[in-house]
Amino acid sequence: MPSKPFTPKVITANALLEGDVVYLTGDNWTRDLSKAEILTDEADADLRLIEASAQSDKVVGVYLADVTVNGSVPVPVHFREDFRAKGPSNYAHGKQEQF
Amino acid sequence: MYHYTDFDAAFLKERNAQFRAQVERRIDGSLTEDEFKPLRLMNGLYLQLHAYMLRVAIPYGTLNSRQMNQLALIAERWDKGYGHFTTRQNIQFNWPQLRDVPDMLDALAEVDMHAIQTSGNTIRNVTADHFAGAAADEVTDPRPIAELIRQWSTDHPEFQFLPRKFKVAVTGAEADRAVIKAHDIGLRAVKREDRIGFEVIVGGGLGRTPMIGKVLFDFVSQEDLLPTLEAIVSVYNLLGRRDNKHKARIKITVHENGIEDIRARVDERYALIRPQFTGVDQTLLARIKANFAAPQFLKGDSAPYHSAYKHDPLFRSWADTNLTPHRNPDYAIVTISLKAHGKTPGDATARQMRLMAGLAQRYGHDELRISHEQNVILPHVHKGDLPSIYYALKAEGLGTANIGLISDIIACPGMDYCALATARSIPIAREIATRFDELNLEHDIGPLKIKISGCINACGHHHVGHIGILGLDRAGVENYQITLGGDGTEQAAIGERAGPGFSATEIIPAVERLVMAYLDLRTVPEETFLQTYRRIGMAPFKAALYPEEQANAA
Repeated sequence: MPSKPFTPKVITANALLEGDVVYLTGDNWTRDLSKAEILTDEADADLRLIEASAQSDKVVGVYLADVTVNGSVPVPVHFREDFRAKGPSNYAHGKQEQF
Repeated sequence: MYHYTDFDAAFLKERNAQFRAQVERRIDGSLTEDEFKPLRLMNGLYLQLHAYMLRVAIPYGTLNSRQMNQLALIAERWDKGYGHFTTRQNIQFNWPQLRDVPDMLDALAEVDMHAIQTSGNTIRNVTADHFAGAAADEVTDPRPIAELIRQWSTDHPEFQFLPRKFKVAVTGAEADRAVIKAHDIGLRAVKREDRIGFEVIVGGGLGRTPMIGKVLFDFVSQEDLLPTLEAIVSVYNLLGRRDNKHKARIKITVHENGIEDIRARVDERYALIRPQFTGVDQTLLARIKANFAAPQFLKGDSAPYHSAYKHDPLFRSWADTNLTPHRNPDYAIVTISLKAHGKTPGDATARQMRLMAGLAQRYGHDELRISHEQNVILPHVHKGDLPSIYYALKAEGLGTANIGLISDIIACPGMDYCALATARSIPIAREIATRFDELNLEHDIGPLKIKISGCINACGHHHVGHIGILGLDRAGVENYQITLGGDGTEQAAIGERAGPGFSATEIIPAVERLVMAYLDLRTVPEETFLQTYRRIGMAPFKAALYPEEQANAA
């Protein structure tokens, strides 16, 4: 059976100290999804995930999240990732303050 | 009100120092996340969607003003100025930073509070009737026994790694305000020939497989209660399934083995361990009871109450919905609604917490309670002080007259905060409340409990809501299922699923159709939604929920 084609992903996690949702950008982490590095190659994504997971002094719970690409900006596929990118909908206590 | 002994204080100080060192070791890299996670969970620290969350136990929902003021201080200093009161009578802080948590725990310890066993597969915070000690219908105040259970279960060496979490609720009254039949163990104080004992119910629970608890023993004397509980948890600890997380709660153990089998095993275990209980617990219980002596009730003038009731319709409306009879006829139990229309159910700002603490101190014998329905209670208020309290509450957005009505909604944090959630709960609760406020129908509709959970785990108790709403993820879209006819009282019942779910935009009109149908179907205005449902069943409500299907079938 052919495996499902690889769809674009970003690497995401929570920051160890603040708990904030963060995304991998090259060698660093950003709180802004629009600045996240978009991974389009499966083997590359797997490798990057392993490297990112090793940064346990900075982040917790590293995983790949599906995105679609709008221009060059990643957009969440699932509503959970949309909420993670923005913060809670009841107060402007999350990232909606910043971004 | 229980006050920590030197032993309690020393224990907590040591635990907090241990956790402080564990946090430091996590930050300096000596501990991995896999090593640290169970340690933080043991101390109530979760990692949620957007941040850490600290869940603080409020044992049997009882607080004094000093403790409430301290929660306000914590909310301001280390969070974003508010806290969220939960369906387990706890408070959650949604935005702590890891480095600050040890300081938060030390601040809690200053006022005899902690976050131990608010997570993990342990015996969790013991909950109780939020009207305990004040209700007119009570056999005995359930809190001394709840405190005894708290002390017995905290750091109990045998019960730190149970198959799954374990929740105990206690009530001292016939009317069940603590949902005891939906707990792993539910206890109800009963009186037999002047002796106080407990009906012991096991195997209740909501979540994926909702079950109403079964009576294990109809009367266990006070002296035999702790060894009985130990025998039950001990049997569960060995028999409970560890192979499947979804089958690990005691409700499944009871269901799979049968209540008779469980009873026989508990009896056997009880016979073995009973001699170890030499009566120390009863000496302790006597000491604990002294902490819960009833306040010195005042003999004041109730005229201000009667005058306000007569002249101020807003006060009258609030008094009609938010007051409950107290066992002292000069007194009332005040329920402060944390369900202002359009606000997040169960949230209180630091300022509101301070106001409530101040009112408790000035007018309420220094007592506050948190209800599982996410409201705050002043259990002992002289009627003469009610107008002063109401006007003070109203000025801070706490004067909503809606207790037990359609906008007094239980809602879990849902996907706005919770890492486990499959959909949001809070916006649905806010929109329902706002909608029925606009329609100005709330008081006409009368008693109606809507309970919303953002996932199958049912923290929002949707199964026991008269209208239950369960938020799910259906193919990447939020979808809300409705259950009807649930009941969390002594007549406990699990709601029945009405049919296919609704999208986030469809769910509010669906609830509206349901409620409008009820208004048409009730025989008299006094017939509640639940009574109407019990009389006529699901079909007419289903027709209202799914008019298109109705049309297609015709």
